[in-house]
Amino acid sequence: MSRALIRVVAAGAVVSMTAISAGSAAVPPQIASCAACHGAAGLGDVGAQYPALAGLSAAYIEQQLYSFKHGTRVNAIMKSMAIPLDAAQRKAIGAYYAGLKVPAKPEPDPLPTGLGADIAMNGEWGNKTTGLPSCDSCHGPYGIGVGAEFPRLAGQPKAYLADQLIAWQKGTRKNDPLHLMTNVASKLSAAQVQAVAGYYASLSANPTHLPKPGDAKGGKK
Amino acid sequence: MRTSIIVTAIAVMAGGSASALAAAPAAKPLAFNPPALTSIPKGKFGAEVKLGENIFRHTTVYAHGIIGDALNCSNCHLNAGALADSAPMWAAYTAYPAYRSKNKKVNNFGMRLQGCFRFSENGKVPKLDSQTIVALEAYSYFLATGAPTGAKLAGRGYPKLAAPPKPATYAAGEAVYKQNCSLCHEADGSGQYVRGQTVFPALWGDKSFNWGAGMGSIKNAAEFIHANMPYGVAGTLSVQQAWDVATYIDSQNRPQDPRFVKSVAETRKKFHDNKFSMYGKTVNGHVLGAQK
Repeated sequence: MSRALIRVVAAGAVVSMTAISAGSAAVPPQIASCAACHGAAGLGDVGAQYPALAGLSAAYIEQQLYSFKHGTRVNAIMKSMAIPLDAAQRKAIGAYYAGLKVPAKPEPDPLPTGLGADIAMNGEWGNKTTGLPSCDSCHGPYGIGVGAEFPRLAGQPKAYLADQLIAWQKGTRKNDPLHLMTNVASKLSAAQVQAVAGYYASLSANPTHLPKPGDAKGGKK
Repeated sequence: MRTSIIVTAIAVMAGGSASALAAAPAAKPLAFNPPALTSIPKGKFGAEVKLGENIFRHTTVYAHGIIGDALNCSNCHLNAGALADSAPMWAAYTAYPAYRSKNKKVNNFGMRLQGCFRFSENGKVPKLDSQTIVALEAYSYFLATGAPTGAKLAGRGYPKLAAPPKPATYAAGEAVYKQNCSLCHEADGSGQYVRGQTVFPALWGDKSFNWGAGMGSIKNAAEFIHANMPYGVAGTLSVQQAWDVATYIDSQNRPQDPRFVKSVAETRKKFHDNKFSMYGKTVNGHVLGAQK
């Protein structure tokens, strides 16, 4: 936390506006602060566990900023960032990050297997319709994200992804449509949380090409 | 090869115990758990099972050129056809051959699969000895490993649903849809796709099943929805909501019934003359089934 604060305070010095990526939308003035942690190109910081924002949907980013401000998603730094923002500013920031490109990179070869891959691709139904569906069935093949509401998981920092799942479990994050993530996360064990977070962290945020479906199936439990 | 012999032996043994079960008076539906997908055997038979699994999960890729919509088998048979109460393939496999009123003859399992391609997949009908049908049979046979034939298996099809407390309506269904379904399936029912792959299936329109499909029956759709939807929070819709939203979804335009004869009215009389089909009815000023 304190390291993040230092970064933000030093934002002007660390990330000059000229270093900030110009995407398809105008660069809002707040981006210098965002870039201190989320990077000049919006690609996040894996080492420090700050998520990438580039290429996420505008609506999703907008909604997260609203949630930080109003307490349905809890993070001290992000709350202080989000409080001064009005709806138009949230929209501008969302549009800016949605317009940033994520560099294409091949998926790891071989693709990861094991518990995380198995949950991601098959879920754990227990032969009941109320069981755990696979993550990919909403977040897209290899977690690349789907539409406005289902964000990309691929390539996000492991600790970030795990923290979100734990936040859903604890109820500190509760901004999910239809309580989808609250319900799904409640079915995951601590080991599954770590495994599935590690799996998605190891994948490409923008795969050069998607492996043919069915080529990898999650491996043995 | 050795593994496949063992699998066959298990199936034969299970078949033996099935007759004893069938003879027992008022037998309760039998609980069944399919084998883990990770236990698909090695060798040529296993490769065919695996191909069947791929066709089942990724139909738009592995049956490309055969199907005419953008639906995967696993969109209506969740967890790749392994899930109880989601029309599991292990229960279907052991239920054939059987007489079907739909085509008024005894169908074997392969013929039943052909029906799915013709209607639910709005596609061409693969031959009974085609690799597509044989691989799907192999996969279903694998899922049914150890399941008795001739016995009632718990979880077959979709669970029966009580009649709605109030008559189901399009307007009530539209409200349910907007609140619970359009997030994934889109307001216009067209579904969502990434890089050409189906993520959320189309519920109506060109990318969806045609008028001859089982899911075009409001009853089937209501049963499926109540047990399985919304995906990830199944069980949160009331009986009334399930009937309402099924009525809404099955009152939209979709591809023509391939059995079409002469006119919509004639086709309704011949194939849709029941209260669960909206085919040929007038909704929002146009006749369903009359669209090109």
